[in-house]
Amino acid sequence: MIERIIIRGHRGIGGTVSAIALVADDDFSARYDLDRINGVFSRPAHVLYGQSYVGRVLVLNAAKGGVATSWMLREMKCRDMAPAALLLNSSNPIMAQGAAFAGLPFMDRFDDDITVRINTGDRVTVEPGAGLVTISF
Amino acid sequence: MKLNDYEKSMLAGEFGCPRRRALQQQIEVGIFFDARDFVEVSQVHLMADTESLGEAGVEYLEELASHPEKDRKVSIPTITDPRGIDLCRFRALRQKEEWARLEMRAIAAFESFGILMTNTCINYQIVQAPVFGEHLAFGDTGSVIYANSVCGARSNFEGGPAALSAAFTGRVPRYGYHLDRHRRATHVFDIGFQPVDFADWGALGAVIGQRTGSYWNVPALTGVEPTPTSDQLKHFGAALASHGSVPLFHIDGVTPEASDISKVLDAHLLSLPGGSITAADIDDFYQKQDRHKGKVDVVALAAPQLSLAEMQLIAGLIEGRHVHKDTDFVIATAPEVKAACDRMAITRTLEEAGVMVLEGVCFYQMYAKETGEANGWKNLVSNSAKLVNIIQGYGYVPVLATTERCVDAAVIGSV
Repeated sequence: MIERIIIRGHRGIGGTVSAIALVADDDFSARYDLDRINGVFSRPAHVLYGQSYVGRVLVLNAAKGGVATSWMLREMKCRDMAPAALLLNSSNPIMAQGAAFAGLPFMDRFDDDITVRINTGDRVTVEPGAGLVTISF
Repeated sequence: MKLNDYEKSMLAGEFGCPRRRALQQQIEVGIFFDARDFVEVSQVHLMADTESLGEAGVEYLEELASHPEKDRKVSIPTITDPRGIDLCRFRALRQKEEWARLEMRAIAAFESFGILMTNTCINYQIVQAPVFGEHLAFGDTGSVIYANSVCGARSNFEGGPAALSAAFTGRVPRYGYHLDRHRRATHVFDIGFQPVDFADWGALGAVIGQRTGSYWNVPALTGVEPTPTSDQLKHFGAALASHGSVPLFHIDGVTPEASDISKVLDAHLLSLPGGSITAADIDDFYQKQDRHKGKVDVVALAAPQLSLAEMQLIAGLIEGRHVHKDTDFVIATAPEVKAACDRMAITRTLEEAGVMVLEGVCFYQMYAKETGEANGWKNLVSNSAKLVNIIQGYGYVPVLATTERCVDAAVIGSV
């Protein structure tokens, strides 16, 4: 029998997607943190340093840094080197604008700390239109 | 979101596909942030360097450029942030021809939209200073925080695609820093330390940014004396926005919304988080940024681009000396400042000393990883707390140093 945990957030951007989660209690900027060519975290101080985010539901704490991320999300998606979805506890406009431009599923403002509720390796379904994230076991 | 008749017509495609598509994206973002309607903006500052755009972004621009002229022209004055390539100097930096070709394609598209290629992140100093209460769609985080805080204008961080949308529609969703309620102080910091150098101001911004830590938080500062200069606040704001993703600050008795700090404090929130910032806090930050000793590969002064006054300062510090043979010294400024420096012989002084003066770019926005690898740059020294923060992701080991120490490091070749 499949067990499910449902987490509610604010209505998000983009379509429904299911993938394996990559989670850390750290923040996110595509410019500051990523080697976008190779699809890995490249900032030595980042908790996910060296790990690949491609095709994963990337779960982090807050959006940080500059504005470049909003171009970069679409550019990564066009090369099939983007996360499957992005979930943050707290967004800034850049992430939302970039997700809308890229058509990348994106949510924030959850009932609870999303980096605690989801673990790396969980299979997660993200439904931005309904504001729901489901973990399946 | 509530749309007026003009916006409904735009959404129905009556003003062409680029405007319809732009408004659709803006509505998605507006709903995400619970915006009730749109607000008209008077200027757009567009961040769109080709490193960020990539081939996919440039193809997107070229598709927009294929639309009829009446549909693709921007509706309000729109200016650009630094580009990805200085077309006059990219070969000297061992940068690739293909990047220059991509850059020229992007420029052709922007020009077909009627965008003004100012190529600067210090537009508030050299192009058109924002006015108190003016609603804007500014791109670079440093230009947003300066416009909001020092000028009292109103802008969210508008990433490139969103700023381009605003250029087409002449409006943005009304949320965040367009609203009075988001502009109140959430943190209060008492400054028990007098910053002197630009690096000190950047360090102060970084420390407060790390303690404020969210786009939705607004720090207010007390105890800042004497009144800072435009360049000092530029470095402070850029570091605050970079380290904390913060778009607005208030300084008691300095910034226009806080002529008296009580004006930005809510009575029921008198004991806000924050606390004191001491010289020890700043020393601690400097120590954490002291990542290498010995040989310096590159000294980079940028992020933000240098003003005319900063260019003169650097020229004065290096005049009669020469950059070490094993070290590069790179400065990035705005094209209008570069032209002024050419006219005033500041460029000549810098170049005779071995400094490379770049225009219309910024160090981290010009393929910093590949350019660093091509030039053997790893150990970097800068007076910009913003650059030191960003550049680590590109494989550099940066040190934050005062302006004078940066120049000395370039001449001696080590720190």
